[in-house]
Parts: sequence; structure tokens; C-alpha cells
Amino acid sequence: MSAKGSRLAGLLLPPAIGLLVLLAAFELVARLFFAREAYLLPPPSAIAKAAWQERALLASATLSTGRAAALGFVASGALGVLFAIVLASSRLLERALYPYAIALQTVPIVAIAPLLVVWLGVGPKSVVASAFIVSVFPVVTNTLAGIRAVDPALRDLFRLYGARRFAVLTKLELPHATPSVAVGLRVAAGLAVIGAIVGELVAGFAEHDPGLGIVVMTAYRQLRTDLLFAAVACSAALGIALFSIVSLGAWLWLRRWYSGAR
Amino acid sequence: MGSRGSESGAAIALRGVHKRYSAPDGVIEALAPIDLEIAEGSFVALVGPSGCGKSTLLRIVAGLEPPSGGEVVVRDRARMAYVFQDAHLLPWRTLAGNVALPLELRGEPRSRIDAQVAEALAAVELSGFADSYPAALSGGMRMRASIARALVTKPRLLLMDEPFGALDEITRNRLDERLLALFGAQRFTVLFVTHGIFEATFLAERAIVMSRRPGRVVHDAPSALVGERTAELRGEAAFAREAHELARALERGSR
Repeated sequence: MSAKGSRLAGLLLPPAIGLLVLLAAFELVARLFFAREAYLLPPPSAIAKAAWQERALLASATLSTGRAAALGFVASGALGVLFAIVLASSRLLERALYPYAIALQTVPIVAIAPLLVVWLGVGPKSVVASAFIVSVFPVVTNTLAGIRAVDPALRDLFRLYGARRFAVLTKLELPHATPSVAVGLRVAAGLAVIGAIVGELVAGFAEHDPGLGIVVMTAYRQLRTDLLFAAVACSAALGIALFSIVSLGAWLWLRRWYSGAR
Repeated sequence: MGSRGSESGAAIALRGVHKRYSAPDGVIEALAPIDLEIAEGSFVALVGPSGCGKSTLLRIVAGLEPPSGGEVVVRDRARMAYVFQDAHLLPWRTLAGNVALPLELRGEPRSRIDAQVAEALAAVELSGFADSYPAALSGGMRMRASIARALVTKPRLLLMDEPFGALDEITRNRLDERLLALFGAQRFTVLFVTHGIFEATFLAERAIVMSRRPGRVVHDAPSALVGERTAELRGEAAFAREAHELARALERGSR
């Protein structure tokens, strides 16, 4: 095995073994103590079987939720950075708005979700809006922190050469903020999936293209715990996938100059 | 304050420039009123203990800070460059990109920028590193890039704020020699802030020594050193005498 291959194995093997041990323990506990009440805790083998049987439903549900989460995430990235730029443009504006942006962040999305249904109706719009609301704040706060952390000497340098406000933004503040924007986006990627699923639980619709939130609700009503677990596993996989894509993108984007790029 | 020409022909003229800050425990007098003229094309070192306000004075000359009072006349404000204590390069730009920055900010056309950047990098012997990122280079190389960034605008006035203070002595000496060669070739005016007596002795045609806060001028004299300034100069008796003179002035100012 090459040095690189063995390093990769060293990286992947421990978590893989950990997962296997956990699944085995899960299987054992479920079979020993919940054999007659499998609806309480189905063994992983039963979950896998249910997932295979309902693979078409789960695949399309994952795709549906993934689409909504991705849309919400993209909106978060674009509007979040834009909002941070507006806030950073003036101390006064930041002082006037930022506390409320933070306060808004503490409002639980589960409490806002019904409001989204009232405003946007049952359907994908509400789901995307929910994914957006949940994921936008880390982008705003991290972008703002990145812009605020610009070295004062570099601001002096730009001032000495008579840089215009726009040049300071595009040539200094935004490039300097990219590593922290990337941090915000990585957090936002995971949150967007959560937001989409919460949105589906409240504003989802079973008739057409149901997402994972709908599958969870349906399985719960039918006490099909195995399918419920399978849907939860799909949600987790979706979150990890989106997080990994964003991390990879950030790494490709920053690796040339930023030593903290991972 | 502005770039109107001074009647005396000085590159920099300060009249009664002083600075005070308000701090939580009262007003801090950073600079006592200072009168100073720096001749066009001269190399002047501004020496003083840490916290004496010499950097503040430089920032006032650069227009980065307003004085609390007095008049600052800088003849070629539009052709002024500033070198900071650390290199302060943009890490996301290559060396060439960093050196090109002042020209970009001034709206020079792309076609002209590349040639000037190449020339400035060659002047500090970094031609082979145009496409390297700052993180991949040593502190001395980054500082040289920072000087190239200052030189690329073909300045008439170069303000330097302890530019080599963070470097090891060998690197610092080599950069001092490099700077003198560039000064000899281009004859811009240099105002060089340092707390290093030997560095000031080696570099300057005129040394101004400042006292402890509130900073005022305690010594201002042309260098007695004549002839070419090469590395060997540091071993000569005249050099030691000159440095000793500065050290005594510094000692007087620190009391």
C-alpha cells in the first residue's frame, strides 16, 4: 500500500470500525430487548430492509428535500453576504440592525414555520423559505466578522493610495472575509437541511413530490418505525453530503493562500 | 495641510506640529510641538525610544492621522509611499498581485502595470517569486515585496516605519544595504523611523533623535560619515564614533 493510501486508511478505518460496532450493539439490543415491540426500536437490519423496499420513495424524498435545502442554502449565501456588506458599510446601520438580526436568530423556526404557511401557502415555497431562514444567520455573522477583522494597516494602505469605497470592498474586505464566509457557508449547509425538513413537517404536502419530512410524518402516523429511521438516516446523509460539497468547494477556493483551508 | 510647494524647497516641512490623545486617565501628550524641514532627496533617520511618538509623527506626515495642531506641508503628497512595520501583504494575492495593488488602486491601465511590477520586483531581487503567495516566503522576502510595492509607484517620498524591526540582524543589514542602493539610484526622499542606532548610523545622511514622551527633538545633525556606504563601513572607527554620538543623544532623551 502506498504511503498516501495507508494514511487514508488510517483516517477512515477508525470511524468505520466505530460505526460497525455501534450498529452491532444496536442490532443486539433491539433483538434481545425489543423483539416483540419492534415498533419501538427496530434493529438496523430491519431498517435496512425497509429502506430497500421503499428505496424509490426515499430516493425521491431525499432529492426533493435536497433541492429545497440547496435552494435555501444558495439564497442564504447570496443574501447573507449582501446583508453583511450592507451592515458593514456603516457603524450606525450595524448598531441599528444587528441586535435585531441576532434576536431574530434566537426565534425558534418551529414557531415561525406556521407563519410561513400563512404567507406562502403549503408547498415548496414555504419549505425553501424555512431552509433559508434557518441557515442565513451564520453567513451574515461570519461575513461581518471577517470584514470587521481586516488589518487596520491594510486599511491605511488602501487609504494612502486613494482607494474608493468599492475598491476597498472588492479588493480588501471581501477577499479578507472569504475564509470566514466559508465557515459560515459550511454551517449554513447543515442548517439548510434541518430547515427544509422542519419546513416540510409544517408546510409540506403529501400529494406531490413529498420530501423526507413528509416521509417521517407518514411513517410516524403508520407507526412504521423502521421507515422512520430510514428517513432520518437519509436526512443525516443529505446534511453530510451538502456539508461535504461546501467544504470541498471552500477548500478548492482557498487552498492556494489560506493555510487554514480544510 | 496639503501638497502645495513649500517656499524653502523642502520635501517635508513641519511647523509647531504636536499631538495629544485623550485617554481614560487624562490627556496624553504624545508629541511636543515640533519644527522640522526635510530636504528633497535626503535620507533622514528618525531615532527614538519605543513610545516616543516617532511613528505617530510619521503617520501625521503621511496624513494617516491628523495633528492636534501645527502645520504639515508635504511637497509631493501624490507621489508618496509608505512602508509599514510588517510587510502587510494581501495573503490572497501573489507577490506580483501585491506589488500591482497601488497601481490598480490608482487606475493605471493593465498593460502598463505588468512592466512596472516586473521592474519593481527586480529592484528587490524577487523576480523569480512573482507568482508565489506571501505565506510561502520568508519574513525578509515578504519585507522586500513590501518595499517593491512602495517603489512601484515611483515615489518621490518614501516613509518607512521601522520596516526591518521584526527581522534578524543579518537580514536587516542586507536589506539596509539594498535600500541604500535603491536610494542611490533613484534619489527619492526617505524618512526612516527606527529605534536601531546602528541602522540609523549606517543609513542616514542626517539623524534626528527624539526624546521620551512627549516626543521632542533632542539631537539633529548631519552624518559625519563620508564616502560610500558599504557593509565594511560597519567595522570602521568613524562608524563607531557616529553611533556613539547617537547613543549619547538617545541617552539624554531617555532621561
